[in-house]
Amino acid sequence: MEQQFDTSKIGMWLFLVTEVLTFGGLFAGFGLMQNRYPQEFIAAHEELKRWAGATNTVVLLVSSFTAVMAVLAARTNQGKKCAKYLWITVGFAGIFMCIKAYEYATDFSEGLFPGKYYSHHGDLIAGSHGYATFFSFYFMMTGLHGLHVLIGMFLMGWLAIRAKRGDFSDKYYTPVDLVALFWHLVDMIWIYLFPLYYLIT
Amino acid sequence: MSTHTEHAENPKAEAIKYAITLVVLLILTAITVGASYINFGSGNIVIALAIATVKAIIVGLIFMHLLHDKPVNAIIAVAGFVFLGIFLMFDFIDVSSRTDPKPINYRPLPTATAPAAAGAPAAAAPAADQRKE
Repeated sequence: MEQQFDTSKIGMWLFLVTEVLTFGGLFAGFGLMQNRYPQEFIAAHEELKRWAGATNTVVLLVSSFTAVMAVLAARTNQGKKCAKYLWITVGFAGIFMCIKAYEYATDFSEGLFPGKYYSHHGDLIAGSHGYATFFSFYFMMTGLHGLHVLIGMFLMGWLAIRAKRGDFSDKYYTPVDLVALFWHLVDMIWIYLFPLYYLIT
Repeated sequence: MSTHTEHAENPKAEAIKYAITLVVLLILTAITVGASYINFGSGNIVIALAIATVKAIIVGLIFMHLLHDKPVNAIIAVAGFVFLGIFLMFDFIDVSSRTDPKPINYRPLPTATAPAAAGAPAAAAPAADQRKE
């Protein structure tokens, strides 16, 4: 069992590395385009709501804490407590997605679409591709991150049901540990997304 | 069959450790938001990324248990970030070593008066020279 657990964990870490490299490629692209359109990128980021990004950062950090508490509960034979913490984490993830949906809705209503659909008025440099490029990257990266949040919510809901049923103990809590690792990675990616999109000046 | 509870002997101490970690992460978030309102010039992005990296390391070491885990997981994680670093480094070496960092469709801000029609042929000549080299 010990060896099975260790092997699963190594596999999970290898998967997390592929995730880091996936988002790393997108971050590299974002950096290159920021280098190409410095004025547009700085002007475009003013359209994002800083308070929403900051709130979402806090929400995800707290959810990371509740996820690690769920692992601790599973490891110490407290199945009910583990389920409770997992549901709280799902709740925080839901708050994150609601704020994100609100942001997307207001962006769309202002014509801040990605790529060729960009139709925002009153830009500093009229007709520049820089704004549309910024929002292409913004929707691609936050969208992919949001997809990860949804997957995490689904997995944690499933685990919460299993935890309540008493599937996990100090002898077997591998799924809880691995999904928590995934969740922390999602949090880690947002830690970088937040300053790069909402705070660049 | 041994249980894998290497550091779960004292769950209360663990919980307190996680809570302190959360508070530290929240304080760092507040600092990074606060710093973004102060103009440090190009230092802003350096500060923001440095704080983000500190936060990511804290999450990795404490929440993802890398500090107390088997070293092989930490090696995999660090290797991932090292290769990402190499990738990003060469990207930005490439960009920063360009002789003309301005894109073809570069437009100055409207406040600056740019004689676009007059400037275009003059700007095209050196570009053509560079291509020959």
